[in-house]
Amino acid sequence: MDQIIGNIGLLFEFPVVNLKILLDGIMIGALFALAAYGLALVWGVMNVKNLAQGDFVIAGGYVAWTLDQNGIHPFLGIPVAFIVMWIIGWITYKLVIKRVIERDLFTSLLATFGLAIMFAQILNLMFGSDTQSIQLDMPTLYFADGFIDVPMSKLVGVVTALCLAFGVILFMKRSRMGQAIRATAQDARAARVLGIDTDKVYAFTFSLNSAICGAAGAIIVMAWVIQPFYGITYSIRAFVIVTAAGLGNLPGVIAAGLGIGALEQYGSHIFGIGYQQAIAVLLLLLVLFIRLLQQRRKRQVLQ
Amino acid sequence: MTILRPIFYLALLAFIVAAPFIAPEFRTQLATLWIFIILSMTWDMTGGQMGYNSLGNILFYGAGMYIAAVVGIAIVYNVGEYTNAAGGGIYKFTDTQYFLGMALGLVAAGVLCAGIAWILGYLLFGLRGPYFAIGTLGAAIAAGELVSNWEWVGGGQGIALPVYPGDDYENAKLFFYYLFAIVGVILFIFLRWFYSTRFAAAINAIRDDEEKAEAMGLHTLRYKLITWSIAAFFVGIAGGISGYQLIHFEPLETAFQTINLGIFMVVCVLLGGKGTLWGPIIGAILFHVVKEVTWNYLLGWQWVALGALIVITVVYFQDGLMGWLARVKPEWFGERVMEKPDMVAEPAE
Amino acid sequence: MTKIIEVNNVSKSYGGVKANTDISIEVQQGGITGLIGPNGSGKTTLFNSIVGYHPIDSGSIRFEGKEISKMQVQDIARLGLLRTFQQTRIYGDMNCVENMLISMPHRKMTIREAFTTNTRADHDRAEHLLDFVGLYEKRFLRSGSLSFGQQKLLEFAMALMNEPTVLLLDEPTAGINPTLINGLIDRLKRANSEFGITLFIIEHNMRVIMNMADSIYCLAHGELLASGTPSEIQGDQRVVDAYLGAH
Ligand SMILES: Nc1ncnc2c1ncn2[C@@H]1O[C@H](COP(=O)(O)OP(=O)(O)OP(=O)(O)O)[C@@H](O)[C@H]1O
Ligand SMILES: [Mg+2]
Repeated sequence: MDQIIGNIGLLFEFPVVNLKILLDGIMIGALFALAAYGLALVWGVMNVKNLAQGDFVIAGGYVAWTLDQNGIHPFLGIPVAFIVMWIIGWITYKLVIKRVIERDLFTSLLATFGLAIMFAQILNLMFGSDTQSIQLDMPTLYFADGFIDVPMSKLVGVVTALCLAFGVILFMKRSRMGQAIRATAQDARAARVLGIDTDKVYAFTFSLNSAICGAAGAIIVMAWVIQPFYGITYSIRAFVIVTAAGLGNLPGVIAAGLGIGALEQYGSHIFGIGYQQAIAVLLLLLVLFIRLLQQRRKRQVLQ
Repeated sequence: MTILRPIFYLALLAFIVAAPFIAPEFRTQLATLWIFIILSMTWDMTGGQMGYNSLGNILFYGAGMYIAAVVGIAIVYNVGEYTNAAGGGIYKFTDTQYFLGMALGLVAAGVLCAGIAWILGYLLFGLRGPYFAIGTLGAAIAAGELVSNWEWVGGGQGIALPVYPGDDYENAKLFFYYLFAIVGVILFIFLRWFYSTRFAAAINAIRDDEEKAEAMGLHTLRYKLITWSIAAFFVGIAGGISGYQLIHFEPLETAFQTINLGIFMVVCVLLGGKGTLWGPIIGAILFHVVKEVTWNYLLGWQWVALGALIVITVVYFQDGLMGWLARVKPEWFGERVMEKPDMVAEPAE
Repeated sequence: MTKIIEVNNVSKSYGGVKANTDISIEVQQGGITGLIGPNGSGKTTLFNSIVGYHPIDSGSIRFEGKEISKMQVQDIARLGLLRTFQQTRIYGDMNCVENMLISMPHRKMTIREAFTTNTRADHDRAEHLLDFVGLYEKRFLRSGSLSFGQQKLLEFAMALMNEPTVLLLDEPTAGINPTLINGLIDRLKRANSEFGITLFIIEHNMRVIMNMADSIYCLAHGELLASGTPSEIQGDQRVVDAYLGAH
């Protein structure tokens, strides 16, 4: 308890600490937002709530890590992770997701939970349960008399994430496939009548999501750490963000992603690093509860 | 039929009593089987009968384990000091202390878990479908993480309980087998009656169309809370017994094992057949046997195989054994025969 | 007679669409009140507002003198104010008798009573009511396999099983075979006179509603156009215009 009060006191005593925490939170939050954007895409287009989301992220991270171990520059790891996870996403779609789209939501949720367990365990068998990261040969920037340290690697990571997000959004707006995806999201039946091959759209969307997650993971492993069983927390964060922002609300997803990142950093500063996972999950309950109260005022439930 | 039924149940009961002597080398596995059966049957109360698919019932298992252990310790020692010593051996329990502590602990586990379900339910039962599943999963994960940071109950180290009195380890195995069996049999008898009540019809209505049920003035929230609390009561007791059986347990891998037991119970129910009395039991037996038999041959790939089993069950075999049987042999399911139009003309009784 | 439902100046819009504007309506206890109006005139919206399906923008709704416009659906239903759906809602996987037994008035039950098995008398009552609406022969059929009209009848029987004080019926005769309509009118009247249930009925079939109701309200374009006895409504030029010129 004293510890907690002390930690809170620190925030007031040294206001720059707030800045550091916010900065840290926003940087990791940008990557949460990326994974959440993928989730919102899959959720909105094919109404599948993918609990394996975080495991795609971690898998992408291990792709980049493996390359790095073999002497290939980690920046190259990002596109490679994108492609590898695209393929894995496509296979996953063909084998499993395709068969659960039309079923009730619990089916897809449970199926993807099963996938999440499989992915985590396979990664564990392949890479062991130690945490891993890639050491980049990059300087750390210091501000405010050294109170704030920003590793270049994180900065580069965030910028890459922004570029990726921008690319995907542009793609969704401009390309024919992007238009087909948006049409299918609006009304799959109407899209089929108009001659859109929705199965192809679904396969593409799911693969794209998986690829986005993979790239996000490749960025994460450069500046943060990964571990085979971290996936579920990333999935939950993605859910928190999408639930808080709502579907098809891109600015909302970004804001919620950055917000979640910052809140988590604050939480682990105040309560201690051991509580980081707990905070991520408790934020889920908090967001669900707030949404519930909102709906209740509309005499509705959250479904 | 009317004479066969009591005979069947008596034979079953005799088999349950005799099982640990028929296969003495499998006593521990048989006890574990009862855990699966209890968790599956209680999961089906909300998942199969009420349409609320929880992914977080394991929370009550973990909470029950901790509550029973803490109460059992607290009647003799200071819990904080005890857990700090990490079972350093200076803490002795007499037989009376052991059994009294366990008894009180199990009662507390059941009652408090029911209370936890009631409170959590207020928050979570406003959520429908996938949100409920994710919300409960979140609650279970959060519980595990919080407990693993809570030094008073041993933090990440967990708790080491006293061992079963006496030197003969077989006695302990038998004791825990029968304890689980008693809980399981009571639960079965309870559910047999429970599913025949108006209350159960009401929770079925909630499953089939909750909006309609609300429009008909059912106390939907109250009924949901009661159902989940009853389920949590039994799960809590099962968790409590497990703690004493395991002797040492820790928060994330043993107590709040979200991705192991937490999801297995769902798979058991799906395998056997949702929303039936026997489905969860049959599913639990099936799952447990398959798991025990194949475990050692899978050379490290067990958990991957289990994940695959979940996916396959969900995707291809969701109606479960009972659902499949009901399709191929509808006449085995008594009243379904009445649905055939040609039977309708018959006068009632 | 006393007013059992009072709707005062209720407005409700969906985004830009004004589905109800400033509607005031009274339903007399023990009577049969009709609600008519062209398609899309806001009748179902008004029902939904009364039973709590959505928040209203402004106005007040009272049931037996109690303000209910902020209450949740199930709390309102538990006061004894029940509705049937325009698109029927029944428990499709259960047979008719099970549907009826589930519709027992749980609001009148204690928890203890809920934890008992249905009695012979409950079964008899369920079958009696199924007989009342003409579904006795079908009582063991899966209700989802019934025709739309039969499902409507089942939903009506379920509502009766629930022993409501007031029953809001959304187009009870839609989808019912014309030859059966007279029988249905008769049953609705009997539900009103024998079971003492106040009825508030949306109906497109003029013959039906003129035959049953003691007073009728007519909506058009979300506004209250006219109200009065059936003969007053029948003679009201605005009502005739609304129906003929409804486009
Ligand atoms: N959920 C909704 N969202 C948006 N608009 C709605 C919604 N429900 C109804 N409306 C609109 O409100 C208006 C009134 O609809 P309402 O269903 O109340 O009509 P009604 O009088 O019951 O018609 P009908 O006789 O065809 O059943 C219509 O213009 C309809 O399009
Ligand atoms: Mg209508």
